[in-house]
Amino acid sequence: MATARTTQPAAGGAGKTREPVPREPAASAAIRPVRRGDLDQIIALDARVTGLEKRSYWQSLYRRYGLPAQAERQFLVAAAEGRVVGFVIGEVRDWEFGSPPCGWVFAIDVQPDSRLAGIGTNLLEAICAGFRRAGVRKVRTMLSRDNNLILSFFRSQGMMAGPFIPLEMELEH
Amino acid sequence: MKLQINTSLALYSVLEFASDPTRHISAAEIAEKYDVSPHHLAKVLSELARAGVVESVRGVGGGYRFAGNARRLTLMDVIEMFEELSLPESDRRDAGDLTPVGRALGVVLSEIDEIAKATFSSITFATMLRLIERQQRGVTPAPARGPDRAQAIARSGVQSPPIVPPEPGRRPRTASFAKRS
Repeated sequence: MATARTTQPAAGGAGKTREPVPREPAASAAIRPVRRGDLDQIIALDARVTGLEKRSYWQSLYRRYGLPAQAERQFLVAAAEGRVVGFVIGEVRDWEFGSPPCGWVFAIDVQPDSRLAGIGTNLLEAICAGFRRAGVRKVRTMLSRDNNLILSFFRSQGMMAGPFIPLEMELEH
Repeated sequence: MKLQINTSLALYSVLEFASDPTRHISAAEIAEKYDVSPHHLAKVLSELARAGVVESVRGVGGGYRFAGNARRLTLMDVIEMFEELSLPESDRRDAGDLTPVGRALGVVLSEIDEIAKATFSSITFATMLRLIERQQRGVTPAPARGPDRAQAIARSGVQSPPIVPPEPGRRPRTASFAKRS
């Protein structure tokens, strides 16, 4: 799963640092459900951030989360001046890992040149509004602890560490 | 987990300054609020000034004011001015560390180290100020301490594979909260 970038500035660096200038007012980026015509731009955005073009992966995500519209699954984009500048994907999951139904955000990304304008915040708020409409009252996500940028973004939105610990092991041959 | 006193004082101070960057605050004012020695606090503030986080203000009133960027400055940036969250490889090799038992324990301690660092490094002072505001409004949830009763009752749910990129391999390291020399 793509671990995405956010609109928040990277944490770190003591001392004097000039406040970065927003590139694009948040109000001009509208949040709406994804359309098939958005896919090429989403694939390009993801490729720009991750360095990998995952066309079939994104087509699969579109089929699963983009259509038909469901309260439990959401694939939203932020669009400004006819251009997709960000997206967020998530769904309600029931009883997995022993948890009552809650919303999961598993991808969020904003074009690097459109960051620092509140678009990531608006995307997250929009998907959370969808989760509330679906009847859940908690949202979770999971990401690499090395991904300081995204970690800082989610924390800036009020998210704290949850009670679950991801574990893993190598499968021996 | 408990931070050393100088580290805590530094964090309290930076949060006081960052909450109103235009305001000059004296060491005495912060010392009184947190019931600490002004002399002790002055040393902490001096260190913060040396790092450019605060700057002293000359003239009437004096004191210090915030000189950093609250949206970029993280808890880790300040913590590591006053203490080491883990010692470098060469500083913690004793005979026990090199045994299979020592290496296995090192893996566990390293896990704790990495989580602590990731947490501190991902929380900016701007985020902390929002957290404080939520605490004051009484809306901040308690820290996660384990599944709630409803979750415990419903624990048998189907488990999906986690959707997360694989973690890079980690070398075992010893967790140590030693004072910086």
